Amino acid sequence: MNAHERIGAAIAAANARGEPALVAYLTAGFPRRERFEADLRRIAAAADVIEIGVPFTDPMADGVTVQRSSRIALEQGVSLRWILQTLEAMSPPVTTPLLLMSYLNPLLAFGLEPLARAAEHAAVAGLIVPDLPFDEGDALHEALSARGLALVQMVTPVTPAERLKRICERSRGFIYAVTATGTTGRNLSVPAELTDYLDRVRRLAPVPVCAGFGIRGREQLERLRGHVDGVVIGSALVEVLEQGGDPAQWLRTLRGRAGV
Amino acid sequence: MSVNAPDVLADLTAGRMPDAHGRFGPFGGRYVPETLIPALERLDAGVREHLHAPSFQREFAGELASWVGRPTALTFARRLSAEWGARIWLKREDLAHTGAHKINNALGQGLLARRLGARRIVAETGAGQHGVASAAACARLGLPCTVYMGSIDMERQAPNVGRMRLLGATVVAVASGDRTLRAAIDEALRDWVSDPMGTYYLLGSAVGPHPYPYLVRELQAVIGREARAQFQEAEGRLPDAVMACVGGGSNAIGMFHAFLPDAGVEIIGVEAGGRGSALGGNAATLSFGRPGVLHGSYSMLLQDADGQIQETHSVSAGLDYPGVGPEHALLARIGRVRYESASDEEALEGVSALCRYEGILPALESAHALAGARRWAHAHPGGTLLVCLSGRGDKDMPTLQQTLLAERA
Repeated sequence: MNAHERIGAAIAAANARGEPALVAYLTAGFPRRERFEADLRRIAAAADVIEIGVPFTDPMADGVTVQRSSRIALEQGVSLRWILQTLEAMSPPVTTPLLLMSYLNPLLAFGLEPLARAAEHAAVAGLIVPDLPFDEGDALHEALSARGLALVQMVTPVTPAERLKRICERSRGFIYAVTATGTTGRNLSVPAELTDYLDRVRRLAPVPVCAGFGIRGREQLERLRGHVDGVVIGSALVEVLEQGGDPAQWLRTLRGRAGV
Repeated sequence: MSVNAPDVLADLTAGRMPDAHGRFGPFGGRYVPETLIPALERLDAGVREHLHAPSFQREFAGELASWVGRPTALTFARRLSAEWGARIWLKREDLAHTGAHKINNALGQGLLARRLGARRIVAETGAGQHGVASAAACARLGLPCTVYMGSIDMERQAPNVGRMRLLGATVVAVASGDRTLRAAIDEALRDWVSDPMGTYYLLGSAVGPHPYPYLVRELQAVIGREARAQFQEAEGRLPDAVMACVGGGSNAIGMFHAFLPDAGVEIIGVEAGGRGSALGGNAATLSFGRPGVLHGSYSMLLQDADGQIQETHSVSAGLDYPGVGPEHALLARIGRVRYESASDEEALEGVSALCRYEGILPALESAHALAGARRWAHAHPGGTLLVCLSGRGDKDMPTLQQTLLAERA
């Protein structure tokens, strides 16, 4: 199985249990660099897919929580190189599919070819790049595809129909359906327009659709049920880690109370 | 990507750049979250429909003449020329309404925003000049305006914060990131991402995702068009060299564009050399940077080996920025424009000299161009030089109290 196919398989496995997949986000090295491996393993015990945030000085698509976690990680010297080396050295490796979420500039500085090679060695299944729209992504897409890695594409409620179609055709791993305009971390309401939009994306996408941005609790999860294959839990989980909570237990509670 | 300098220059001067993908050669493009793509598409369509339409151009020219006070003067710096040894002419953007070239762009984009049906305007500001210009243009056009400004800049440019508030704008302090211009742009982008269709982002420099670098250049090109004609009228020829300060690069690109085809005219951009060449000690992107992506475009950037954006330093808030417009990156690459830097100290000497010899208090930003002018004059005695005096220095009084005036006390 190609690396990118492992993502879809993990999401399908959750769906087969009658649950939306949980895609959990953590900023690498937050709150403490020494805890990264342990936090990753704890989250892996409860999540279906994990997004590892590569900290960046200018996270323009992120709200205050992820901005803060990114800054604290950078202050401890966390870099893309360190993350890839840490993942490669993990023994035994985490079996939950791992994605790197990074702004483009750290990837360019690393070099796209070396990145694809290092990501493959670190058993990373793919990348999400919030400031790389579909039209500018050819070079990274090709570098990753050559090694079977996914470049997960984002779509939003304001993406025009024709563009949505083209993005869906090109998607690998899953489609990241941004639920609201705005930055990460705000509380999302789930009106009918939102579920209509998610249904529309799902009809077009050849891969699973996961909703993200502002999903914090069981009530939202319950309302999204049947309209998505998975949900991305970001800022809310970062806050759990920040407050010293147990991320695995929190994720299980989210799942359990959602009645799935 | 390799570039053939003569071909690229021909494409630039013939209006074939940016291309359909918003590229100036390898530079430019559109690196923003997917949420902003429809808003940029709409802006791009709006620019193509309105910017060069006769009705827009008529309205813009009318407001530039009656409200901004254009054309701005071209002043022969008589005593400074005698002191420095070259014939130095100043394009007086400091005389434009609100005190800097920024108003050309703010007014133009404000008019465009109104045509596009925007409900509110957001802007970022460093030195506060773009914030003041945006606040003034929005007041003139009856549009609500929110300005994001780094908390460090709010301190060092305090007079402009008061001006923006008087002009009816909401000024939001940005205490995240580096708390200067770069953090203000991040925050303005976040605001825009939250309401991409109703909000118009009035970007203040020739940076950002396509079509901003193009749009801002077109709106600022009035500087070079006027100056070129005025200079020919006054001297009967073109200058030997043209000079402007470069932060993001809007006054410079506005000044330079008219002179790009004039092969005999040397063009020089002066960046902020700050305290020196060490990483973090300056904001001289084209001298010390590497290519990368920040704030929506691929250009030159001050960054570390991991691609993290560097903190910058300059005595002038308006130049204190780790990136530069993509068209400047291309002009540097093909060698049509030479970019050098001037230190904080040289800029302060420039302020002092212009005050003393010409009775003009220049902005600290513009003083970098004066520092470059002094160097050029010493190397080319008797030559003729056109300098873009991008703004006036009243806003810099808090900084000048602690520097030039403190030395005298």
